Amino acid sequence: MTTVTEKAPTVIKAPKDTRTSFTAARFPVYLAVLLIAVVWLIPAVGILINSFRNPQAIQSSGWWTVFGQLFDSSTWTLQNYQTVLDQGFANAFANSLAITIPAVAIPITVAAFAAYAFAWMDFPGRNLLFAVVVGLMVVPLQMALIPISRIYVGLDISGTFPGLWLAHTGFGLPLAVYLLRNYMGSLPSSLIESAQIDGASHFTIFTRLILPLSMPVLAAFATLQFLWVWNDYLVALVFLGVARQNNNPLTVELANLQGQFGEGALNLLPAAAFVTMILPLVVFFVLQRYFVRGLTAGSVKG
Amino acid sequence: MTTPPVLRDEELETGRAHEEPGSHDNSVQIWLLRLVSALIVPGVLLLFFFTFEFLQDPDISKVVQVVVAVIVGVGGVWLLYWAMDRLVSVLPARAGAGVRPFVFAGPALMILAFYLIYPTIDTIVTSVRNARGDEFVGLDNYGRIFTESQYLVSIRNSIIWAIVVPIVCVVVGLAVATLADMLPRKTENAFKSLVFLPMAVSFVGASVVFAFIYSFRVEGFGEQIGLLNAVWTALGGSAVDWMRVPFWNNLFLMVILIWLQTGFAMVILSAAIKGVPDDIVEAARIDGANDWQVFRRITVPTIASTIVVVWTTILITTWKVYDIVAVMTGGNDGTSVVAEKMVREFFTNRNNGIGAALAVVLLIVVMPILVINIKRFREQEAVR
Repeated sequence: MTTVTEKAPTVIKAPKDTRTSFTAARFPVYLAVLLIAVVWLIPAVGILINSFRNPQAIQSSGWWTVFGQLFDSSTWTLQNYQTVLDQGFANAFANSLAITIPAVAIPITVAAFAAYAFAWMDFPGRNLLFAVVVGLMVVPLQMALIPISRIYVGLDISGTFPGLWLAHTGFGLPLAVYLLRNYMGSLPSSLIESAQIDGASHFTIFTRLILPLSMPVLAAFATLQFLWVWNDYLVALVFLGVARQNNNPLTVELANLQGQFGEGALNLLPAAAFVTMILPLVVFFVLQRYFVRGLTAGSVKG
Repeated sequence: MTTPPVLRDEELETGRAHEEPGSHDNSVQIWLLRLVSALIVPGVLLLFFFTFEFLQDPDISKVVQVVVAVIVGVGGVWLLYWAMDRLVSVLPARAGAGVRPFVFAGPALMILAFYLIYPTIDTIVTSVRNARGDEFVGLDNYGRIFTESQYLVSIRNSIIWAIVVPIVCVVVGLAVATLADMLPRKTENAFKSLVFLPMAVSFVGASVVFAFIYSFRVEGFGEQIGLLNAVWTALGGSAVDWMRVPFWNNLFLMVILIWLQTGFAMVILSAAIKGVPDDIVEAARIDGANDWQVFRRITVPTIASTIVVVWTTILITTWKVYDIVAVMTGGNDGTSVVAEKMVREFFTNRNNGIGAALAVVLLIVVMPILVINIKRFREQEAVR
């Protein structure tokens, strides 16, 4: 491949050159890129700056005014973060973790076993059941809110973490089973065959062979599901209810705080918003590769 | 060689050779065992629930709760599968082979049945009953939804959201992906990360971010701290309460979702653009095609199917949007959407019938996509 490109006449190389060097002809492109970058960044930058400003300053002037007093020590403070964490966001952060970790791990486990069965075991109704899974991928979770919250109230598990974990498991499962089954099904059959000849059971083949080989797709789904659950507001709001406010995750706390906008909560909102965003942002930057892969694979959802 | 994401014939043969005896033995005993194996695991999961009741005790520290939750929640599930598999191993080989697939797939199917299939049926039944669910009212709820102005506003707004947001996201996403493709590698990645970044932000978080852009103060009650009003007043306008401007407030809310979702469109479309064969593009350039012509005549037609997929995915997300409206306006000032109205009817107004009917409206609109998905899956399976 490389040799072909090197031998190719300059006409063909031309487009490649413009890609790697800044030229005047490309000026409109850079201008457009810069414009989009600024527009996309401004909302987030504004709130980040605000979160480190004095409470009174946040109330009385826009964040852009800091550029006149960047090096003034009275401009910056960590006080907002301190206040926000003391006012329940530290607790909510722990709640979000307590909700998210099992709500990611349980569906992956359940889906992986199911995906293996759909990919490598033969049983009556296999294709029909998988078609149902495919169909369920687009069923809005709103369909489940009324019946499930009724059942939860009846069982008196409304407001508990386990209730939330299983709800998130249910809503994440169709995509998980679909993604994992397609990936596992594409692994070479010779692997499974030879393991079976060696006398390995399905359970051994699954845990020792298929699961380690499926790590990329597991990581991709884990990243997706983590962001969904961490950022979820509706499911937590409905199934935690108002009775157990001590269990509220960050999104619910933030939405409550936003509800008090103008009643003195204004100076706390930027810091609170960043407390809710920090972990997904870290995950996003560290696991971006898996996230993109998951998204690309998951876009079949449409 | 690329392997298709489906089983090939010889793989199926292998599977059959090992599973056939049990799977097609339809004796009552085996079906009973299958049923039990599918039921035990969810049963034990229910047991988890009650174990966790004691963790709700406010006297227990949060850290203990979290640690116990993770150990029991994650470890417990693994243990369950292991135990179930052991249980099946005790069975005669033939029976075991018939039951085992249901040990593996059973829990997932049970959870899906409980959390999606049963609720769907139940919601449809609820939608033809009255507010308290104790009387059959036929299609009255639907009749109200499609005649009373408060619901018609929600439906109208949802339709506008569903039209505007996916199109803007795809168009901007495509533009960003194309522009990024012209940049040097490092700049390209930085630029794409930046546009993609909001994907990590929750809808609630994004709403708070934009609350500081749309913030409004009545003149004389302090400086405008909202960016939009600051710019607006600097340009000579008088401050506007953006969230209360009839009709337009809907579009200001849509901007939030566009900010969040464009990155998704861009990433998927960018991958598709990279997949456009170089030789076609180069051939077109030799023939004298300019950037726009290459984009319009080669890139777009080649990635058309990806564009459709991205568009439908964002359409589904948009159609179900709840958080943004609930947090920013609470559905007031004519900004209500179907998913938000549904939650309000059920949880605030306690009107089960109308709430369920609105949920069914949400489902009906995505039904064609559901049918197309299943069809596409069937075709794939037929090919293999």
